Amino acid sequence: MEHVTDFLHAIPYDQILIQTLNGIVTGMILALVASGLTLIFGIMDVVNFAHGELFMLGAYIGVVVLAASGSFWLALVLATLLVAIIGAALQITTLRPLLGRDPLTTILATFGLSLVLQNYALWQFGPVARKIQEPFTGHFSLFYLEYPWYRILIAVLSAAIIGGFWLFLKHGTYGIWIRATTQDRVMAQAMGIPVPWVHTGAFAIGAGMAAASGVLFGPLVGVNHAMGLDWVLKAFIVVVVGGMGNLGGSIAAAIFISLLEAYASIWVDPAQAVIVSFIVLILTLLFRPTGLFVPTPK
Amino acid sequence: MSKRSAVVYWTGFCVILALLIAAPLVLPEFWRRFVTEILIWGLLAMSSDILIGYTGMVSFGHSAFFGLGMYGAAAALLTVSPPSLWLAILYGLVGSAAVALFVAYFSIRLRDIYFAITTLIFSQIFYVLIFTWTEVTGGENGLTFRRPALAIPGLFSVPFTSDTLHWFVLATVTVSYLILRRITHSPFGMVLQSIRENEPRTRAIGYAVERYKMVAVMLSGLFAGLAGVLYAIQNRFAAPDFVYFLVSGETVIFNVMGGIGTLVGPIVGAAFFLLLRETFSRFFTEFYLIPVGIIFIVMIIFMPQGLLGFMRRWLNQ
Amino acid sequence: MSVSANSALIEVDEIHTYYGKSHILHGVSLRVERGEVVGLLGRNGVGKSTTLKTIMGLISPSRGRVRFEGNAITGLPAHRVARIGVAYVPEDRRIFRLLTVMENLRTGLDRRGVSEERKQALLEKAFSFFPRLAERRNQAGGTLSGGEQQMLAIARAMMLEPKIILLDEPTEGLMPRMVSQIRDIIEVLHREGVAILLVEQNVPLTLEASQRIYIMEKGSVRHHSAASELRVGDAVIQQYLGV
Repeated sequence: MEHVTDFLHAIPYDQILIQTLNGIVTGMILALVASGLTLIFGIMDVVNFAHGELFMLGAYIGVVVLAASGSFWLALVLATLLVAIIGAALQITTLRPLLGRDPLTTILATFGLSLVLQNYALWQFGPVARKIQEPFTGHFSLFYLEYPWYRILIAVLSAAIIGGFWLFLKHGTYGIWIRATTQDRVMAQAMGIPVPWVHTGAFAIGAGMAAASGVLFGPLVGVNHAMGLDWVLKAFIVVVVGGMGNLGGSIAAAIFISLLEAYASIWVDPAQAVIVSFIVLILTLLFRPTGLFVPTPK
Repeated sequence: MSKRSAVVYWTGFCVILALLIAAPLVLPEFWRRFVTEILIWGLLAMSSDILIGYTGMVSFGHSAFFGLGMYGAAAALLTVSPPSLWLAILYGLVGSAAVALFVAYFSIRLRDIYFAITTLIFSQIFYVLIFTWTEVTGGENGLTFRRPALAIPGLFSVPFTSDTLHWFVLATVTVSYLILRRITHSPFGMVLQSIRENEPRTRAIGYAVERYKMVAVMLSGLFAGLAGVLYAIQNRFAAPDFVYFLVSGETVIFNVMGGIGTLVGPIVGAAFFLLLRETFSRFFTEFYLIPVGIIFIVMIIFMPQGLLGFMRRWLNQ
Repeated sequence: MSVSANSALIEVDEIHTYYGKSHILHGVSLRVERGEVVGLLGRNGVGKSTTLKTIMGLISPSRGRVRFEGNAITGLPAHRVARIGVAYVPEDRRIFRLLTVMENLRTGLDRRGVSEERKQALLEKAFSFFPRLAERRNQAGGTLSGGEQQMLAIARAMMLEPKIILLDEPTEGLMPRMVSQIRDIIEVLHREGVAILLVEQNVPLTLEASQRIYIMEKGSVRHHSAASELRVGDAVIQQYLGV
């Protein structure tokens, strides 16, 4: 009996609580990044390697706008819009010519883009990390711990953006166009839907979502040119585990994986905690390759 | 191949081989090293071509094979005294073969994009393991060791000079090329190409596609590991940076730039990329990837057959 | 684009179309006049669907021309062809399974320059033709039966207010009762002045509904006459459509 109480006392409840919150917060940002990735993949079969760099660009634009204007919210909005436009331009110049070719060419092209963007950022901003100031500081008390309000805000905002995106898809003409094009590109064209522009628009939306994530995430860690790499890997894992093209699945997978990693970081080095997501991926591929959060196909 | 083109081919082969043999005798040290590096990266790219160009599987996992070859050699050179060249090669090949087997087991059944992403993630797994397991792998700093002597046990042992090292690398790469060429022209190689062109049909005809893919991955991994061993011997260190997936990415770039499915193409691609890097480094210092990356993207769009394909078309006109 | 008063609505001129290396259409030529119902008969695999897809712009012919109201539309992407007045109802219906009936209709309905009243009117017309669709308007397309999906595919095309509908095997796999419903719809559309290029295996229905008939074999048109000149038992029907 004593062993049980000893064990119960040894569980680091405060750590678990904090990591639960951290996991949810990171999970929501990851969900936002992965949503953009899965939108782009679902609609035009493009695996966007440069997605992490769009995240990073968003963060940097956020740094610049914040420094110039002092307003975090302006930074968020402008970064999202600018990167959406940049994304549209990139899609038109590098991805449209590749339409209809072997899908692996788009992986390579977006990989090339990611190299160019990363090094461009390194060139322009240097290797030293920049900081984005949180729009407000302040903690609230959770039992006897302090947890920053800002992190809660990130989670709420990410959820709001994803929710807004979902609403956009469900209602309105453009939402229908995107969904129709995702399901049957050929028939969508035959119905007069301008599919090439729907593709560009979807890419722009995905890019904007990545940029917003970057700005939101900025205050948590420094903004530097390599920050996109880890995110794109995790986002890929999320998309595969959640089921390719499955928005709800991606969100669930993002939170699931982030929580697991957060808990793991209580006991192991955060650099190693990332292995958790790899393990989840391997298990998913072995046992449920269509996605963990996808109902088993009948 | 027709008699005429065979003659042309082998003549060209001998000419290039002669040039490469002469290289260390005429070039200054810097460029001599450059050529040796091209050969090593070329071997890595060739190994990747087996998968990309012949079997139709784009792999981003080659950094893992290369890295394990490197660290395997390091293990041999650090644990066994006196350091033995052949043991280093053996350890390196075993290491990369083991990784290849592991990766192959999980990813064989996946198609295209999933395969590419999975191999990428596996290469990252190895990166994280090597990076964090500092006691064994030296972590961030990697491992350094002495270069072994060129020796045949019992016969002779002579330390490498930069010239003899170059020739050893050249010999290894040439032999590898000939072996791979033989394999790709064999019935086995034909099956691989059939898998690339139309996998369902190959399966329908009755070939155990998974088994062929597995062998292809192992073959690819072995030669990539060999490249890793050569790199370790040449540079006398092993570092986790080479296991990072960017190396896999660069390998794929060599393949695409040179022309996939040609074996020679990737070596040309490696040479081209390294030359571009050298040139642009003069103007852009460490940001050479900006112009080189743009060139890469432009080549994908306008020259999808790579340099070799482009030259072939140009010569045919 | 200018409209020449004397030109046919659709004019296909010696088109050759390839699927990869396969040469499917070997110089197909045909025309459809305004408001006409034209039947395109032939065995499976002779290139009837490919002809429709080429007209629609889903495939580009390697040679030959397609004209709409006298203007060349060869190689125009499908979404532009749809906007100038050509609607396509494919062989396997291809309704958007995850969209509701209403959303399916909206893919054709949501166009620029169409007033809300007109949209409402179009919807009501579709629902009066196809009451079952009205009942199921908020159901996902994939939950409809085969016959209902065919209705939806046709209704969806009607939302484009097309000048011509390319109908590919609308009665395939349908029960006799639904077949006669299709027959009625073709009649109603014809009366409204919508031209129809009808690809079918059902010979009697086609002969009854069409003004003119083309028969294809092995990628080209082998026979062309007024529908009134053909009977089901005719030798030419036997030759090109007999088993």
